Amino acid sequence: MSKLLLKGGRVIDPSQAMDLVADVLIEDGKIAAVEKDIAAADAECRDVTGKIVCPGLVDIHCHLREPGLERKETIATGSRAAAAGGFTTVMPMPNTSPVADSPASIRYVRDRAEEAGVVRVYPIGAITKGSEGKELSEMSAMADAGAVAFSDDGRPVLSSRIMRLAMEYSHITGLPLIAHEEDLALVDDGDMNEGYVSTVLGLRGNPAAAEETMIARDIILVRLTGARLHIAHVSTAHGVEMIRGAKAEGLPVTAEVTPHHLTMTEEAVRGYDTNTKVNPPLRTAADVEALIEGLKEGVIDCVATDHAPHTVEDKVVEYHFAANGISGFETALPVLWTELVKEGRLSESELIDRMSCQPARIMGLPAGSLAVGHDADVTVIDPDTILAVDKNSFYSKGKNTPYHGRLLSGWPVMTIVGGRAVMENRVVKES
Amino acid sequence: MAIKTKDLIDLEFLSADEITEILETARPMKEVMRRDIKTVPALRGKTVATLFYENSTRTRLSFELAAKYLSAGTCNISSSASSVQKGESLQDTGRTLDAMGTDIIVIRHNMSGAAQLLGEAVKARVINGGDGTHAHPTQALLDMFTIIERKGKIEGQTVVILGDILHSRVARSNIWGLTKLGAHVRVCGPPTLMPKDIDKMGVEVFYDIDKALDGADVVNVLRIQMERQQKGLFPSIEEYAKNYAMTEERLNRAKKDVLIQHPGPMNRTIEIPSAVADSAQCSVEEQVTNGVACRMALMYLMSGGETLV
Repeated sequence: MSKLLLKGGRVIDPSQAMDLVADVLIEDGKIAAVEKDIAAADAECRDVTGKIVCPGLVDIHCHLREPGLERKETIATGSRAAAAGGFTTVMPMPNTSPVADSPASIRYVRDRAEEAGVVRVYPIGAITKGSEGKELSEMSAMADAGAVAFSDDGRPVLSSRIMRLAMEYSHITGLPLIAHEEDLALVDDGDMNEGYVSTVLGLRGNPAAAEETMIARDIILVRLTGARLHIAHVSTAHGVEMIRGAKAEGLPVTAEVTPHHLTMTEEAVRGYDTNTKVNPPLRTAADVEALIEGLKEGVIDCVATDHAPHTVEDKVVEYHFAANGISGFETALPVLWTELVKEGRLSESELIDRMSCQPARIMGLPAGSLAVGHDADVTVIDPDTILAVDKNSFYSKGKNTPYHGRLLSGWPVMTIVGGRAVMENRVVKES
Repeated sequence: MAIKTKDLIDLEFLSADEITEILETARPMKEVMRRDIKTVPALRGKTVATLFYENSTRTRLSFELAAKYLSAGTCNISSSASSVQKGESLQDTGRTLDAMGTDIIVIRHNMSGAAQLLGEAVKARVINGGDGTHAHPTQALLDMFTIIERKGKIEGQTVVILGDILHSRVARSNIWGLTKLGAHVRVCGPPTLMPKDIDKMGVEVFYDIDKALDGADVVNVLRIQMERQQKGLFPSIEEYAKNYAMTEERLNRAKKDVLIQHPGPMNRTIEIPSAVADSAQCSVEEQVTNGVACRMALMYLMSGGETLV
């Protein structure tokens, strides 16, 4: 099969503590060598001098919307958006229509992803049937069909009893449960973070306590059951504190944070731009600070986009009626590169670790490494060129972004999946 | 001078000078209302549409009469009589009014942010006639105008806003306007009806009405909605009235010249007993008159403010 040689880039692979200028040789879809001055006359060659070559980005939390919500996104369009954003592996949430709560629906997602043939798609199955929080779904059968984790994302498992049972039952598969932490009674139909800004805007407040009480409950249930729990989209400072405590205690708890919760505050809601409406809501500057600190320390294990594409009609409405979510695949890397790396909050290596190695590790996925012999899933980043975000050029059907027009650097310029360049120079190739 | 921004969303976005100018312009407008022939040609040839997604006889009529006294053409669209019920979006409804040549759209809507949303979608100038729990700038203007009529000025007055602050757009707009013009604003109500961090708007928060009323020059009594009790925000109407009604007894203990305001409609059996509502210190009826004058002033200034009277 083909050979591909990436010449002269700065190779950063946190999985091997590697950061050096070297060539990367890919052969038969695998990493064949990472060395200086590789001579391979028979290889297709790309000069990536001045660029960063790293393990392909992994997103463990996204919404591809298919089946049932194809007007927002399909597995094909979502896969292409992921590739455009530098992601080589993604994990779609099961809150489709119908909910992915059966082996057949897991197989459907995998088959559709196979047809799309762009990035690797590992589906997440529902914890409860229909994500209604009442009866456990067939998690074991879904695991056999290829589900890699379970979540009722979009809504919490409100019943403590059901959550306890799900945690106990999860020992059959050993797969993580991903918790969407939200006490709906405390949320009380809130539209944004509760605080001064919600007061001024007259929007209903969703207090940090609504998220934190559920994080506390689930950490306590992990102590009871020993289950492997991953906490989705942490957005509050006290949430970070509780996870720090759980880890110090040795509990099998991991957590993720989204690019928008790392870079935006509730102040963005002024003006009622519905592209800022997201769940959990954008919080305060102190929360953002704690999340960045938590991500740097490793209390928060990784970044996850929570890519949530919506139609224009879902968003061009009164704030209260607008759908929650941000189309995140195609801005995640440059947003964090610009706001965290360029600002000196994280090193290049730390960001790559949190967007590739760590998510792969905590979800047990065969990704996140450029070690010889591994699948050649590679992302090439242009660290310096500054471009404006243009939602109209998104591959995603969802143009719902609060970053439109923002000048960013750190754009992905090549995405390689299994040795094949699926995106080059910001263009996703027809498969 | 005229209002610079296209739309009038809230007093938050006006300067003290702009607010003062509207209030000063309302004075001659009130004179116009006292004439036999109550019209001036200021808005002749212009069209004002009132687009009301919430029931409100008082505010809609006030805007409509204000427009008529300025010689504007008027039309009224209410949610029960339009394509709103067919599920048309706010922007599409607005653009339809635009296409028909409307100059000013007054919107009343039960969702915070609706006025801004409409303003961004249309070429017509938009006046916020009350959006959700966000803002009700013309109510604040008429409350302030009434204070000036009774007290001479806003600056230095201690104004208590009493009741359900959480759900009150009247409270929020009054806070912006009053604090910009130098009043000391206190808000008082049960903690469950007090929005988070409201002190950062520059007001003092009281849960004890008697402390709040001590030294007050003006008390703006807000209407309490029965549904708040049904949602568990306070245990009973009786207990609410015991703690937060503007009773005759409290009136007697307050400053002798205290001014009592109410945006209406009043609950005479709850927050404002008749003895207080009908007292000489209560300005409810003047507020209604002043509402028309303030809305005339605002529409006049928003449409150029040149050919007055």
